[in-house]
Amino acid sequence: MTTLRLYIPIDAAALAVGAEEVAGAIRNAAARQKVAVDIVRNGSRGLYWLEPMVEVDTPTGRVAYGPVAPGDADGLLAALLGDGDHSLRLGPTEEIPWLKRQTRLTFARCGIVDPRSLDDYRSHGGYKGLERAISVGAAAIVEDVVQSGLRGRGGAGFPTGIKWRTVAETAAPQKYVVCNADEGDSGTFADRMIMEGDPFVLIEGMTIAAIAVGATKGYVYIRSEYPHAIAAMEAAIIAARRGGFLGERIANSLFAFDMEVRSGAGAYVCGEETSLLDSLEGKRGLVRAKPPLPAHKGLFGQPTVINNVLSFASVPIIMEKGGAFYRDFGMGKSRGTMPIQLAGNIKHGGLFETAFGITLGELVDDIGGGTRSGRPVRAVQVGGPLGAYFPRALFDTPFDYEAFTAREGLIGHGGIVVFDDTVDMAKQARFAMEFCAIESCGKCTPCRVGSTRGVEVIDRIIRNENRAANTALLEDLCNTLKFGSLCALGGFTPFPVMSALTHFPEDFGAPPRLQAAE
Amino acid sequence: MSVKQQGTRGATHVPWDEEVAQSCIREHLDREGPLLPILHALQAEFGYIDEAAEPLIADALNITRAEVHGVVTFYHDFRREPAGRHVLKLCRAEACQAAGGDPLAAHAQARLGLALGKTAIDGSVSLEPVYCLGLCATAPSAMLDGRVVGRLDRERLDALLAEMQR
Repeated sequence: MTTLRLYIPIDAAALAVGAEEVAGAIRNAAARQKVAVDIVRNGSRGLYWLEPMVEVDTPTGRVAYGPVAPGDADGLLAALLGDGDHSLRLGPTEEIPWLKRQTRLTFARCGIVDPRSLDDYRSHGGYKGLERAISVGAAAIVEDVVQSGLRGRGGAGFPTGIKWRTVAETAAPQKYVVCNADEGDSGTFADRMIMEGDPFVLIEGMTIAAIAVGATKGYVYIRSEYPHAIAAMEAAIIAARRGGFLGERIANSLFAFDMEVRSGAGAYVCGEETSLLDSLEGKRGLVRAKPPLPAHKGLFGQPTVINNVLSFASVPIIMEKGGAFYRDFGMGKSRGTMPIQLAGNIKHGGLFETAFGITLGELVDDIGGGTRSGRPVRAVQVGGPLGAYFPRALFDTPFDYEAFTAREGLIGHGGIVVFDDTVDMAKQARFAMEFCAIESCGKCTPCRVGSTRGVEVIDRIIRNENRAANTALLEDLCNTLKFGSLCALGGFTPFPVMSALTHFPEDFGAPPRLQAAE
Repeated sequence: MSVKQQGTRGATHVPWDEEVAQSCIREHLDREGPLLPILHALQAEFGYIDEAAEPLIADALNITRAEVHGVVTFYHDFRREPAGRHVLKLCRAEACQAAGGDPLAAHAQARLGLALGKTAIDGSVSLEPVYCLGLCATAPSAMLDGRVVGRLDRERLDALLAEMQR
């Protein structure tokens, strides 16, 4: 009897729309029909409107079906045993246009491999980057990462290689590698996907960083809202240790490195790197003044590489194929690929990894397919709660760090949240201030107090109390927040507020802004 | 009361007990930066951080009670009192707002007669806001006792509310 090999994601978002129930229904259907099935619980391919997506191995490659409901199990199984035809058939997975258009470097294995299997990771090219890293040595690793042009994917966009070089050049008895997996920005889920779908790539990236800078201990700080990612990383760390890829003499080299998972506790501000370090040390997550840089005095005062999940996860392929390979993708000073996340009120939401340079309009209208509600797109927020709201008039903006900065916005961690024409932008501006008030660590007065005053001022504008004077006051307050805060929470909250006010003045009771014809 | 209570993540919790608390603290003492792991362990055991735990932790880590208290109260996760037997978290962040989360949150509050962030007087349910579960392409999202739910609509939400009130 032949065994059908099926893939049903264990990714949290797939579970949230019924992947577990689908897996159970298929197992039951297989028992009833006396069919042997081998179900692999993979990560998500990132085509979330098609989740739960079920894939089947065929002699010509994997074929996808979705979105599958538990009630489809019997019919689907019968189809898989026959000619494969079914109303939910999407065709060969790799040929689905939405996936085929992407350039998957960081997410090359996500959705393909079994995230619990070190062997599967290795048979799909895993640990080739580490192998080369060990053979070329610390200095050459740093050079390759510098050459690749990789910039911090958490949002700040600082060149990763330069950061590593600084830590490498700082002498200390103990150095650390810390991964920022406190992915709190609404509209982002790439870190979660990679940790749940390809956790070994993060371990490999951190291990390469440790060799490059001379660190022996690492931490992955994962937000507590991600229980599935925490479980997946913990399991992968145990498997890597067992396989000789963590601990003493990594991969039979002379290098030693081990790591552990630490859970956050629901504080958004801990996504800021210095707050995160304080939190890891067991303190309140207060932002630190810089200097000293974490590269000089980081965790427990020791030199520390702290990078985002996606930055570390991009390193193995850079090491495997060389810095130049990665640098050849992208535009301007934004090199390589960016895993972009399409979210909110969107028809085709999910993970779209592509080279920098694609325009916002292509992402939202063409790839995203517009809104799920079917109404016109009115605004998109790019880069999380601290990112600007862009109107359609700015949809020609290319996805590039500098291009977004030039238009008073930011790409942040690559999340795009789409809103239709029912959105009230004054309410969104008010929420930005409210969120800042809830999440402020309290260290800087403009952020701690100014955010609450900001909510009050916006309320007065909405109620049409002395509107012109209060609008001027709001602009002034935003300026104070921007220049008087140590970190991005206070410093960037003005982006959503001011962009809403500038591009959508009619929602604040002012005459609409004249916009150039599209 | 010797009965274990159902709480967040559907886990069972024991009533406050100093001996049990001490063993939670001891378990993590050798780790670097042990305070957060200790607090998580205590909350997993008891469902909240009892005030009586603060001096025990301060003593074990040789820090002031004020420092411990500061950390407990800084983080949204740490509870000062037990949650309801069921905890429903509704995502209130932008992606879920864009996908129709506001009327759903209003509906849940009206149905339960509870404002977001409150626990029912009889201890049956807690309704809480959460700022992003990372399920933003299948929004709006919720989490009931640790179980994630996406593509929330009125019907799915009503099913969750019925499940909580059973």
